[in-house]
Amino acid sequence: MAELGSYSLLLALGLSAYSFVAGAWALLRKGEASDRLAESARRAGIAVFVAVLVAAAVLVISTFQNNFSIAYIFHHSNRDLPAAYKFAALWSGQEGSLLFWSLLLASYGLVLRLRYRVDPRLVAHASAVIAAVQVFFLLLVNFPANPFAMMQGSLPPDGNGLNPLLQYPEMVIHPPMLYLGYVGFTVPFAFALAALMMKYPGEKWIHITRRWTMVTWLFLTCGIFLGAHWAYSVLGWGGYWGWDPVENASLQPWLTGTAFLHSVMMQEKRGMLKVWNVWLIFCTFLLSIFGTFLTRSGVVSSVHAFAQSSIGTWFVSFLALTFAVCVYWFVRNRDHLRSENRLESLVSRESSFLFNNLLLLVACFTVLWGTLFPVLSECVQGTKVTVGPPFFNRVNIPVAVLLLILTAVGPLLAWRKTSVESLKRNFLMPACLSVATAVILIAFGFRPFTDTAAFYSLITICLSVLVAATVVSEFVRGGRVIAGHTGQNLLASMVQLTRRNTRRYGGYIVHFGVIVIMIGFAGAAFNRDIERELGNGDSMSIGPYTLTCKSYTQDDNPNYSSEWAIIDVTKNGRHVDTLYPERRFYKASQQAATMVANRSTLPEDLYLVYSGLNQDSGRPIIRAHLNPLVLWIWIGVHIVIIGTLIALVPSISAVRVAMRVPARAAVEEEARHPAAVGD
Amino acid sequence: MHFATKKSVHAALLAIASFVFMGAGDGLEQRFQDLGHKLMCKCGCNQILLECNHVGCSYSERMRAELMGGLQRGDSDSLVLQAFVQKYGATVLAAPPTTGFNQVAWITPYLALLTGIVLVVVLVRKWKYRVVPAGASDLNAAELDALRQRARQETQL
Repeated sequence: MAELGSYSLLLALGLSAYSFVAGAWALLRKGEASDRLAESARRAGIAVFVAVLVAAAVLVISTFQNNFSIAYIFHHSNRDLPAAYKFAALWSGQEGSLLFWSLLLASYGLVLRLRYRVDPRLVAHASAVIAAVQVFFLLLVNFPANPFAMMQGSLPPDGNGLNPLLQYPEMVIHPPMLYLGYVGFTVPFAFALAALMMKYPGEKWIHITRRWTMVTWLFLTCGIFLGAHWAYSVLGWGGYWGWDPVENASLQPWLTGTAFLHSVMMQEKRGMLKVWNVWLIFCTFLLSIFGTFLTRSGVVSSVHAFAQSSIGTWFVSFLALTFAVCVYWFVRNRDHLRSENRLESLVSRESSFLFNNLLLLVACFTVLWGTLFPVLSECVQGTKVTVGPPFFNRVNIPVAVLLLILTAVGPLLAWRKTSVESLKRNFLMPACLSVATAVILIAFGFRPFTDTAAFYSLITICLSVLVAATVVSEFVRGGRVIAGHTGQNLLASMVQLTRRNTRRYGGYIVHFGVIVIMIGFAGAAFNRDIERELGNGDSMSIGPYTLTCKSYTQDDNPNYSSEWAIIDVTKNGRHVDTLYPERRFYKASQQAATMVANRSTLPEDLYLVYSGLNQDSGRPIIRAHLNPLVLWIWIGVHIVIIGTLIALVPSISAVRVAMRVPARAAVEEEARHPAAVGD
Repeated sequence: MHFATKKSVHAALLAIASFVFMGAGDGLEQRFQDLGHKLMCKCGCNQILLECNHVGCSYSERMRAELMGGLQRGDSDSLVLQAFVQKYGATVLAAPPTTGFNQVAWITPYLALLTGIVLVVVLVRKWKYRVVPAGASDLNAAELDALRQRARQETQL
């Protein structure tokens, strides 16, 4: 079985290399022969997917068959591991996750190559770029990180098991989401490089890749927040984001990807920022690879990192080569990226996008800088320093506050130029609401000047109200116009408005989701915790809650043994819940893990951790955290997902045009229905 | 001693210390929280000292007790942090100190932001006077139509 997997990977590597070489050769030549060669390269690219799929299937099946002669399965599975986690073992280790990466890239490549008719020549260029990236990952899984490497010596009776921290339902979907995001940025990167290489006229490549980029961004967003939720639910330290290098590695491409999603609008609408956009997507892809390098090379220490290995050299070489290719094509064809328009005013939608990009890139740079500063410090001073949450919070919160201001102001600015009068008119009501929020919060006991965190918290909440008010005013203003024309009620008109321009109003919904998340973050300024030993009937209090230990017990199953406590929760004297904080000891890996008991409500989370059992008294030690507004973060993420999905749906005018316009008349129809262009 | 026992002893110590210092209790507890969030646990978990819940951690309990001990002795914040640096090395601080080369860590992000803002303003001013190839006077009907279409496109997001 392992041989089948190994040979599939070798075959995939050969096919990938052929797809790249033949595809590139075909693009350099002209004529019928080159068309046939290009077609064979395309088909080879499709076949890569089949070969990698077979290899991945072999690894999964071997895991279910407990084939511990394969070293990867021995290290990441065991006989009693539940089925879902046996499947998740595919991406739980270095070699398997690289195979999974290759599979996802092959899947993206498959979709791209099947949809080649959208623009055969552009897709052929992009396909060659993807094949080149695929060759790199297949080289990794064939040589330095082969998931089918065999165990040496006698066959072990059982495996080491999966890391207990990974035995959690979210870990079955968090890594795939994150990888779909990382890998997905290869597609817009490939199109951008392809468009630059062939001096592709116009902005069609951006229209083609816009949905790819949004879908990829959505996957990465989901991956990051699933990771945050996993950390919150499993690690048991009471937080969701620790500014760990691996977390930072996922945030960097997300930030540049977000900047790209905004700045492409400048190129679509005004033909500006072409150089910037090309480099943004180049950087996003390079940061995805760089993040993978950080996670796997051991350059920075992290609790999430894979085992240290020599694989870092491969990644550095690939990064250097990719960067060199990008620079070469940029220098050679930069004339093609000349801007078509000029910027007319500092108070305009264009400059708001510029500032938005600046802030997102500064945030990205800051995260990268903080992540790498320990390495720099060691080089310069000879000693490593720690760059942890206090640093990242202090330097990033001001940037986030500025971004919130821009999120509020940006939608109120017109393209080209905005009069100060119109800005005042549109901004007055949201600004008043924001100030009123501050006054109300302070009147109800909010003390913003007790410390910096409380101050930033108030600022964040007020700015979030400002953004929400501008978003709502945009919907209401547009809805009223439609209501005036159609006689529909305001709500129906706003729905109609959204359907007519899904990208714009879906984007506003995403902004709304982001401010809900920011309010959730602001709550962290008021986190509290307490730790006590609780015997039967003992109580402790935190905030309005009283926690009483009703009982504590132990259990055992083939996978793990566990201890847990039964805690009655009363709020202001009234029983509201019973929670079961638990600690497990996984037998195969001989590792312990906590299972947090969390009572999540809109105002706050009551988060209980079973810290351990006092061996002398035999009583459990319980740590309780009171974390305000955390639920808002997860609600905000759902709103962001809904907004992005809406933005992905074609606008109704675009659909109508596509349905009724024959190909010959497409240009004329586009002129009559401008919303169809770029929706 | 088993880590759980140590945890409970420490919890008891904390409770006693909190009770004893209740008069100035808020101040001491606040300082414990502030300083505890400026220090890292040295068990290798890469977590803030007061957030380390690493099962079987052999460091965090001891370090928390040392922190409380320093505060109870009446040491200033900087003296407490200095004592930790001397004992555990510079990496015990959760953020780079604002001295020597480490200042670069703090200054650079703000410098990047300021430089970026200046660059954007300069760029906007420069682009305002950029010459673009668009003479409207001698255009034919088709070119005018194309311009109208572009105007529609640009005015709709």
